[in-house]
Amino acid sequence: MTNPEISTGGVPVDAAPVGADIDAPAQTPSSPRKGMFGITGSGDVSGFGGLVRRQPEVIGSPKPYGSYFDEVTDALEEAFPAFADAIEKVVVEHDELTLHVKAERIAEVAQAMRDDEALRFELCSSVSGVDYLNSDARRLHVIYHLTSMTYRRRVRLEVAVPLEGTVPTVTSVYPTADWQERETYDMFGVVFTGHPNLTRILMPDDWEGHPQRKDYPLGGVAVEYKGAEIPPPDQRRVYQ
Amino acid sequence: MSYAGERETTEGRVFTVTGGDWDSITNNIDPLSNEKIVVNMGPQHPSTHGVLRLVLELEGETVTDVRPVIGYLHTGIEKNLEYRNWTQGTTFVTRADYLAPLFNEAGYCLAVEKLLGITDQITERANTIRVLFMELNRIASHLVWIATTGMELGAISMMLYGFREREYILDIFEETTGLRMNHAYFRPGGVAQDIPDSAIKKIRDFLVYMPKKLKEYEAMLSGQIIWQERTQGVAVLDVTGCLALGITGPVLRSAGLAWDLRKTMPYCGYEDYEFDVPTATTADVWGRYQVRMAEMRESLKIVEQALDRLKPGPIFVADKKIAWPAQLAVGIDGMGNSLEHVAKIMGQSMESLIHHFKLVTEGFRVPPGQVYVSLEHPRGELGVHAVSDGGTHPYRVHLRDPSFVNLQAIPAMAEGALLADVIAGGASLDPVMGGCDR
Repeated sequence: MTNPEISTGGVPVDAAPVGADIDAPAQTPSSPRKGMFGITGSGDVSGFGGLVRRQPEVIGSPKPYGSYFDEVTDALEEAFPAFADAIEKVVVEHDELTLHVKAERIAEVAQAMRDDEALRFELCSSVSGVDYLNSDARRLHVIYHLTSMTYRRRVRLEVAVPLEGTVPTVTSVYPTADWQERETYDMFGVVFTGHPNLTRILMPDDWEGHPQRKDYPLGGVAVEYKGAEIPPPDQRRVYQ
Repeated sequence: MSYAGERETTEGRVFTVTGGDWDSITNNIDPLSNEKIVVNMGPQHPSTHGVLRLVLELEGETVTDVRPVIGYLHTGIEKNLEYRNWTQGTTFVTRADYLAPLFNEAGYCLAVEKLLGITDQITERANTIRVLFMELNRIASHLVWIATTGMELGAISMMLYGFREREYILDIFEETTGLRMNHAYFRPGGVAQDIPDSAIKKIRDFLVYMPKKLKEYEAMLSGQIIWQERTQGVAVLDVTGCLALGITGPVLRSAGLAWDLRKTMPYCGYEDYEFDVPTATTADVWGRYQVRMAEMRESLKIVEQALDRLKPGPIFVADKKIAWPAQLAVGIDGMGNSLEHVAKIMGQSMESLIHHFKLVTEGFRVPPGQVYVSLEHPRGELGVHAVSDGGTHPYRVHLRDPSFVNLQAIPAMAEGALLADVIAGGASLDPVMGGCDR
């Protein structure tokens, strides 16, 4: 356990990443958190026991990437001179192309992806976030899925920022990212600079915390109904 | 007589209207000093397709500003998924867009299968059943659209007919999955159980029954002058606007772009079916009505082809480390383990029992990585972004729900138009708040 002092308030504690090998035995260091059914430590599949997550390292793919991926990266290199500086890694996996982009360059890259004749990613299909707990400098990832209707291609852009980091908005390139960036802000707390109206969208305006973060507990909020308060599962009585 | 309650606030006078009481507002304000009225429509309003809230600024009857407010039906489906195993995930996603539950399941299962690398191992029968059920579901979803939109634009009988025919489809679903909605019928690796012969017969009957009904709807609506006036030239959004705002599905096709993922990026074997992608060029509510009516006919075509190619065979992948160990069966209280399987693991085979227990309680492991899978949902592109860290539970699953993205178009469609057209335009997007808020 790296930081035992932050084990307060029923929030799962940061656990050191355990081997990236998928065949490794399920090592689950004991968690100070109690599960819903009185289970402590590991082996809990109820979901309330503070599951230990393992973090495989992302490795860049070697050229040639295959499929249409070489064409896309070559076209982007041509259309976007700062390619080498802005693109950290190119990953091909599950027959999908991922470009890891430096957070501060994402809007420029998106602009090139949309406007270049050979790229033409007209549609921003989806913006979502992922919280990689334990990787502090690259903890929050924002992931953009672009679609080229002209060439029938898809590409994924991924940026990573620390907790307090900011990402330039892509709403000026793709207006459809407006609500999706608001959702990512609401759920993960990623701040999109230059967004026209970065407010919460799914949670109430006065909500505290960002629910999709990994250190935000499931059902960790007391529920109030007609004046009576029901504590969150991990703070309820335990029958053993 | 005044129906509307009123009170003074720092923002001005606030009225609570319930319908039929517009006079008490107009009589109580001075038209010269109060040109602008802010109307808060929803979240509980019969015309908002669930708990959508629209804050409208009006000048007279002209809408000058619309602000959609969502989130009233946020249930944390994506968060909950992370605390269940991969197979259980399908019971959560099915509850997102409740009018198209099978599409959510299909998108999720395709994503998990892609992560597992077993996409090409999905049996032909499982794929055919998926296509068959998705297309029936598409018809059911479009029927609710025509029913609710008819009701909102004054054609109440359309509402009754639409829901009546949808009931037919729900009966077919119930016969096969044990449930009318929220089926959890598609599972990573296949489908939960086979279609009974009685359901096949029902589908055959439906194929005869439905085309006549579609004709009836058109006979009732298309020539109707009120229907025409309420839909033609209303809530126009062209292809440029659609692409900028990320609008897909029937709304995009009503603007003339034949973008249908079943054709352009096929999945589940859609490339082997013959069907057309209906489009319109008017880019208005009328065009969306025509596209959806035509799509129901195309779906019937696909259902018929799927029935013809339904050959006996396995409905789950052969890999015993993934396939659900039991053959499930529909009992009086819904779907559950078949009694024969229970007798076998309890009485004969200890190994089967252990295997069953491990797979059901812990689930299977999915190799680390991320995928994005998309499919043509009745409302547009449904995208599933699934991330695995190599464990038995999803690390993160995001649903790119078409209702969520499409609702962004309401201001573009409604500003500058009349208040009544907000209803028609909003309805033409066919938003389902369960999917929008997840």
